[in-house]
Amino acid sequence: MSAESNLIPLLNTAEEDVNRQMQICNACRYCEGFCAVFPAMTQRLEFNKADIHYLANLCHNCGACLHACQYAAPHEFDVNIPRAMAKVRLQTYIDFAWPKKLGALYQRNGVTLALSSGLALCLFLILTLLIQGNLFTKIEGGNFYHIFSHNTLVALFGSVFVFSFLALLVGVVHFWRKVTPKEEKRQQEPLPAMLQAGKAALTLKYLDGGHGQGCNNEDDAYTLSRRRFHHLTFYGFMLCFAATSVATLYHYIGWEAPYPVFSLPVMLGIIGGLGLLVGPAGLLYLNYKRHPDHGDQAQRPMDRAFIVLLFMISLTGLLLLCVRETTLMPLMLALHLGFVMAFFLTMPYSKFAHGFYRSAALFKSYLERFKEKKSQ
Amino acid sequence: MIDVLVIGGGNAALCAALMAREAGASVLLLEASPREWRGGNSQHTRNLRCMHDAPQDVLVDAYPEEEFWQDLLKVTDGKTNEELARLVIRESSTCRDWMRQHGVHFQPPLSGALHVARTNAFFMGGGKALVNAYYRSAERLGVQIRYETPVEDLEIKDGRFVAALIPERQVNGVHLAAERIEAKSCVLAAGGFESNRDWLREAWGQNERGEYPSDNFLIRGTRFNTGTLLKRMLSLGADRIGDPTQAHMVAIDARAPLYDGGICTRIDCVSLGVVVNKEGERFYDEGEDFWPKRYAIWGRLVAQQPEQIGFSIIDSKAVGHFMPPVFPGSKADSLEQLADQLELPRETFLRTLQRYNKACRSGSFDHTKLDDCATEGITPAKTHWARPIDTPPFYGYALRPGVTFTYLGLKTDATAAVHFANQPSKNLFVAGEMMAGNVLGKGYTAGVGMSIGTAFGRIAGHNAALSCLDRQPV
Repeated sequence: MSAESNLIPLLNTAEEDVNRQMQICNACRYCEGFCAVFPAMTQRLEFNKADIHYLANLCHNCGACLHACQYAAPHEFDVNIPRAMAKVRLQTYIDFAWPKKLGALYQRNGVTLALSSGLALCLFLILTLLIQGNLFTKIEGGNFYHIFSHNTLVALFGSVFVFSFLALLVGVVHFWRKVTPKEEKRQQEPLPAMLQAGKAALTLKYLDGGHGQGCNNEDDAYTLSRRRFHHLTFYGFMLCFAATSVATLYHYIGWEAPYPVFSLPVMLGIIGGLGLLVGPAGLLYLNYKRHPDHGDQAQRPMDRAFIVLLFMISLTGLLLLCVRETTLMPLMLALHLGFVMAFFLTMPYSKFAHGFYRSAALFKSYLERFKEKKSQ
Repeated sequence: MIDVLVIGGGNAALCAALMAREAGASVLLLEASPREWRGGNSQHTRNLRCMHDAPQDVLVDAYPEEEFWQDLLKVTDGKTNEELARLVIRESSTCRDWMRQHGVHFQPPLSGALHVARTNAFFMGGGKALVNAYYRSAERLGVQIRYETPVEDLEIKDGRFVAALIPERQVNGVHLAAERIEAKSCVLAAGGFESNRDWLREAWGQNERGEYPSDNFLIRGTRFNTGTLLKRMLSLGADRIGDPTQAHMVAIDARAPLYDGGICTRIDCVSLGVVVNKEGERFYDEGEDFWPKRYAIWGRLVAQQPEQIGFSIIDSKAVGHFMPPVFPGSKADSLEQLADQLELPRETFLRTLQRYNKACRSGSFDHTKLDDCATEGITPAKTHWARPIDTPPFYGYALRPGVTFTYLGLKTDATAAVHFANQPSKNLFVAGEMMAGNVLGKGYTAGVGMSIGTAFGRIAGHNAALSCLDRQPV
């Protein structure tokens, strides 16, 4: 079961460390019940570059295997799977980023980058408004299309979003091809595996610890808080996205903004926005409380940047709703659009990518499982 | 004064502490190791051998008391105590709900361990996850826990525990003064003496070749089981049980670390090939029985060989049919090269392999049952899974005896009381490796160490609590 069997690429330090640790884990296997990584590991005797990137993205960084590990430091084997996997994951994001040169952004990704890009965009928008002379103008009914026309926004955000989404997709498809051997691609009905992978991703199955009590955060005790805050974040985000989509649809069928509070787009936005406020706040708190040995410390700025950006999008969005009939509306609109634009721009080069690569890895793991069942 | 003092920090000690606390006693637990090494050998365990009369969550079919007892009788060659053994067996059928209450999770058998799906319940995440769960539960219930607090001596008066003595010591660069800790009762659960190199040397002595065999032993578990307290108890006149050379001993990878190599250092391909000693000769039937039933005798077998080393030899036919070893084996395209790599005498090695290959009677190979592939006309025979070693590449793994835990301990009874001149102490109890020799005179069967530790830990803790309340032990 090796992808790229005709050519064996050399492993870098991070990959070699996963290889080393997987040899230890494969001879131990105590953690098999925690997540999908270890069952996938047991189907291999050797770990090539493709396997290592696949397993790294399958790892949810839940921490369970680290606290249960008889070979964790101070043991001389120094096994720390969550950390080793996290380091390779960053490598995956960099290697498969498209266009390739922009992958380097991952190395400089941090709170600073996200906030400064966000603020720069805000400033840009504020300047535009100043030129137009209506930064502190009260707009009757709170219609922000009086400030930026619907078409301007669609053109600006639509094009950036489409580019970013495609760039991300190119990366994930490239990753998928790399980790899936040719012979595996044809012979299998993908739907059952896809459904299972979708379910695992949408329920965050692998943050439940295998026993339903959750993953680890600050110590060896299990907690469901990360799973719950992540759900709030993800589903909050999706509701906000749905709100924007519904509003766009309304616009094209002739019902133009602003919409009343009890309309579908605004309600979706409020509920989603609250989720996207509480979720990231909780995740950020957990991130600061996180056991120092979990994952790669060097990536925490990237994680936090992403979380903070999501929080700011939601905060400015909800504030915009509150002040939409006051003179503060144009300013708040500029801030909100600035953060959204920063998010769209950095989508393929930020933590946002983790959901896509992980879903692909989950899909592969279920394909393997179904294949194994069939062959038994 | 504290009610119950528990000395030790592994499974048996934690079971005792939890039970004593649940019975209403105030409990102090002293662990010799730092927090990160806590749990003794329990951190390396993975399952509990359990009696059950019908399928039970992760356990399939049934494993009745009588069958468990017969298994124990067989592996110990009768060197066991039926009353205590049956007590352990029965306790193993009822203790798991209690374990769950304290946060232990069970899972179906791990891949590569399906043969024990019927007899053994696996801890999710292994023994360290279990130990973590017990410590969390103990802290929650108000058990006081102190790490880096090794007990050096006990004060015993007329067969009663009075106090434990802790020497002065350095902890993280801080000098701590000697301490004397009194308690109304005490549970000893501080492990065997496997990590005491001097004691091992004394026990195993010198062999006919002039070697000290134990110098080549590796210890699979904790470096903190130095047997200090066990030795002290024996010299204080506690009744003893067991032979100091008897232990749970398996053949492990010779490159394993000196301590804490745990499960991953085992070599699981013995029954798929042959094993030769330093002189290139075979010395035991590699296919006598299923590997899980035989792995526990190979440590001793290797210990009896010159320089206490053996070499498991397989060919490419075996690859993928056993648990992957943690370190890569020596790999060669010919047996000559393999002999050179392993520094074995070429001629003898080749002659041994040729003889073996010729002696392999053709049969239908099936590693999942006792198949009909056996040798004919060689000694020792290989009675199952004998296939010629003829398909390169060839692989070799050097083996050393790996001690899991020693069986010399304190004699006890069904109340877990320590005995002095055949009289049970009223307030001093023992559990875990310090008394496992009562049930295991020799040999081993997977998961039974945890069954003994859990059963006697619970009994000892409960009775220690009762003795503080001046009630009779049960």
